[in-house]
Amino acid sequence: MMPLRRKLADGAALLFALAATAFGLIWLVWILWTTMAEGAAALTPSLFTQMTPPPGGSGGLLNAFYGSAVMVLVALVLGTPVGIAAGTYLAEHGRHSRLAAIVGFINDILLSAPSIVIGLFVYELAVRPAGHFSGFAGAIALAIILLPIVVRTTDEALRLVPNQMREAAFALGVPAWRITSRIIYKAGLSGIVTGVLLGLARIAGETAPLLFTALNNQFWSASLAQPLANVPVVIFQYAMSPYDQWHALAWAGALVLTAFVLGLNLMVRFFARRGNR
Amino acid sequence: MSPPPHLAPSSGAAADRLFRLVTAGAAWLVLIVLGGAAVSMAWGGRLAFETFGWRFIASRDWDPVSGKFGALIPIYGTLATSIIALLIAVPVSIGIALFLTDIAPRWLRAPIGMAIELLAAIPSIIYGMWGLFVFAPFMAAHVEPWLTGKLGGLPVIGPLFTGPPIGIGLLTASVVLGIMIIPFITAVARDVFNAVPSSLKEAAVALGSTRWEILSRVTLPYTRSAIIGAIFLGLGRALGETMAVTFVLGNAHDLSPSLLMPSNSIAAAIANEFTEADTELYRSSLIALAFLLFVVTFLVLCAAKLMLMRVGRTHGRSQ
Amino acid sequence: MKSRILAVAAAALLTAACGTNEGNQAQRAAGSQQITGAGSTFVYPVLSAWAADYQKHSGTSVNYQSIGSGGGISQVEAGTVDFGATDQPLKSDELAKNGLAQFPVVVGGIVPVVNIAGLASGKLKLTGPVLADIYQGKIKSWNDPVIAKLNPGLNLPNAAIATVHRSDGSGTTFNFTHYLSQVSPAWKSGPGEGKTVAWTGGVGGKGNEGVAAYVKQLPNSIGYVEYAYVMQNGMTCALLQNAAGNFVAPSADSFAAAAATADWAHAPDFNLVMTNAAGANAYPIAASTFILLHKQPKDKAKSNAAIAFFKYALEHGQGQAKKLDYVPLPDALVKQIETYIGANIK
Repeated sequence: MMPLRRKLADGAALLFALAATAFGLIWLVWILWTTMAEGAAALTPSLFTQMTPPPGGSGGLLNAFYGSAVMVLVALVLGTPVGIAAGTYLAEHGRHSRLAAIVGFINDILLSAPSIVIGLFVYELAVRPAGHFSGFAGAIALAIILLPIVVRTTDEALRLVPNQMREAAFALGVPAWRITSRIIYKAGLSGIVTGVLLGLARIAGETAPLLFTALNNQFWSASLAQPLANVPVVIFQYAMSPYDQWHALAWAGALVLTAFVLGLNLMVRFFARRGNR
Repeated sequence: MSPPPHLAPSSGAAADRLFRLVTAGAAWLVLIVLGGAAVSMAWGGRLAFETFGWRFIASRDWDPVSGKFGALIPIYGTLATSIIALLIAVPVSIGIALFLTDIAPRWLRAPIGMAIELLAAIPSIIYGMWGLFVFAPFMAAHVEPWLTGKLGGLPVIGPLFTGPPIGIGLLTASVVLGIMIIPFITAVARDVFNAVPSSLKEAAVALGSTRWEILSRVTLPYTRSAIIGAIFLGLGRALGETMAVTFVLGNAHDLSPSLLMPSNSIAAAIANEFTEADTELYRSSLIALAFLLFVVTFLVLCAAKLMLMRVGRTHGRSQ
Repeated sequence: MKSRILAVAAAALLTAACGTNEGNQAQRAAGSQQITGAGSTFVYPVLSAWAADYQKHSGTSVNYQSIGSGGGISQVEAGTVDFGATDQPLKSDELAKNGLAQFPVVVGGIVPVVNIAGLASGKLKLTGPVLADIYQGKIKSWNDPVIAKLNPGLNLPNAAIATVHRSDGSGTTFNFTHYLSQVSPAWKSGPGEGKTVAWTGGVGGKGNEGVAAYVKQLPNSIGYVEYAYVMQNGMTCALLQNAAGNFVAPSADSFAAAAATADWAHAPDFNLVMTNAAGANAYPIAASTFILLHKQPKDKAKSNAAIAFFKYALEHGQGQAKKLDYVPLPDALVKQIETYIGANIK
């Protein structure tokens, strides 16, 4: 018979694992519930039709949504091709190239690097020489955050493509670059798209890199060459203010942002798992 | 995977070279970005380093008006919040990983796993807002008075729990940070727990081990490097976290032994003060702080990667 | 096919984003300009009201970043904004070094605000030395005998005082600490005065907005903000004892009484601070906000647009200022300012 001590230890471990899981889930539920409850109260159609108001006034977040959308799109346009190209290099040459090994290593460091350092880097690069903040600088900062995500997922997706495909194509005399662009990309496309969408979800919510690049703009501005309103910085400014109307708008913006980011995440993971079965 | 043949048909050779050049160029760009960030932080901080020398790291000053800056308080805040966050996150993450790999019924594993991963997907500004408006008042009303009352008078740890219960401070920031890094550590732990060869686990079961004994005597020792790597990964993330901490840490350039007092971290100081830094030296001091943060984070993440590679986990999760 | 659609969509969005830049420039040429400014959060409530009125009146929009006096000074010195606003006046030599002209635009008051459950606004009485001691951590809880002696009828809780100060370079802090240095020798030899000082503990808020936000949020806290923020957010303020010994309530009248003692005619470049003013009704911490403009601006059109805006504010902005309990400048001073602008800014 098992001594009591061992049974107790086992039971304690079981309890601990259950408690730990409950602990993690409680925070998730609490945070999401708060965001939904507070945000829903301020969720009105005017959120999407009116601009950011002066203190004490009512309005919406139209210019912020627009600015965020533009910067995220430009970041995708800048970062995705570079990321896919670099990921292709890692996948195709990863085994026998020292450059690929180093780049893979450094890429993973960049993935977890503090985003505020990236923001300062782009400030020194694009804001200081220009003499003013700009939406374009914000887009560059977001592109740098996006880059390692796309590189990593492209690398993984392309590695998963079975070798028989490559060997069959070689046997048919297809040149190497065509193999990659026509065949391997098609085969790994779902993985690459997954990576881009996950990257999109990540950069949509990033605040720190935009603090010193795009700054903010209380008026309507569609120009990437000037400070551009964006959702995370507006939420930051409004939440840290004393005005109740601004708090309400901040929660509404937080709800929309969270719904977008989590919705994208769930959708991507759901379809990825479905595809893998 | 076999290397691409260098005997491609001649019509494709130039295109092959071009393609290889483009992809290699993109790969180089990744290196250039990281290197560029490091160099630009060092360059931007050089005025501060020249002015203050090594004393910059040990100085408690922070006086923008008379131009005296020191990194000690932001460094302290960064380290204190990150370490306490780890103390909370590591046991919880291992517990969740144990639950997900061993205890939970199969149909429950994917949904709960995805739920935990959602914690990582929530933007950090949401953590910050929730922390400021919901969690800090909760801590101020229910937790901090209890801590001050029960532990504030004790001999050694007493000074850690003194001060007005305002909710904003090191402890609240550390808890929020801990919650944020749970999914990263859990993800790695879950992967490596699953990767333990079942033959080892089955042998242990055959010898009559309990679940706890398998975890403590087989799984954890086998995955020790990876778990340490995961801890470093969590630490690296915690060190650089900005928005969640900025909301609830209190922006106080103040060094106090109490965990209940407001403080400052490197990332929060930069986020709050950079756009208003009005002298070259002020800006340079903030960039110097960023450089220090970058160096420490780089070393920690390198250590994490090396540990994770040792167990053959060359890929973590693309969070 | 899908990728082609995506490419076209992306190109369209990019063209739209870049194209509207031309649209913006055309708009600017047509006379609806945008001028940028940055600085004092003290003046922000009334400045944004003036800007809204001015846009209706002239079409020019004023994009003002409320980031604190320190930031305003550095941005206008660096040339990244068209005008700066600061509550701490610059000395003539620093103005000359940077080629700046400086003039006041409005007067307001800095008020201690508290968050004590059940306490109505204007009931708590404090003196300058007591305020200094609270902020230095010498008076730690609300039911301290010193505070109780000043407030005999009040039921103050046995709770620790949480102080809130400014974390950014602030002209409001300068005026507040300048006042504390005038009334408390311990403060003068301790933290002293400045746009930022070495605070003893307490939470740091960004801008007047941040301090107001924290005081609203944290129970049993005390902070210092411009009076308009008290009104806009329904906060609880305390009465301060002035130099004549009276406990004065903050209002446009008591700020004006303090401002009346200011000798503008003899202040070079309007460099004048008006805390702890004499007078039975004078509010102890009144302050003005100063606008900084380049004497020889690079963009003359923008500089002229900024001058036109401030002329409008000085001549027609009295109504908005009074609504928010700021004190508009008297006519004689306005004339002195306009003469100064004409002489100094080309």
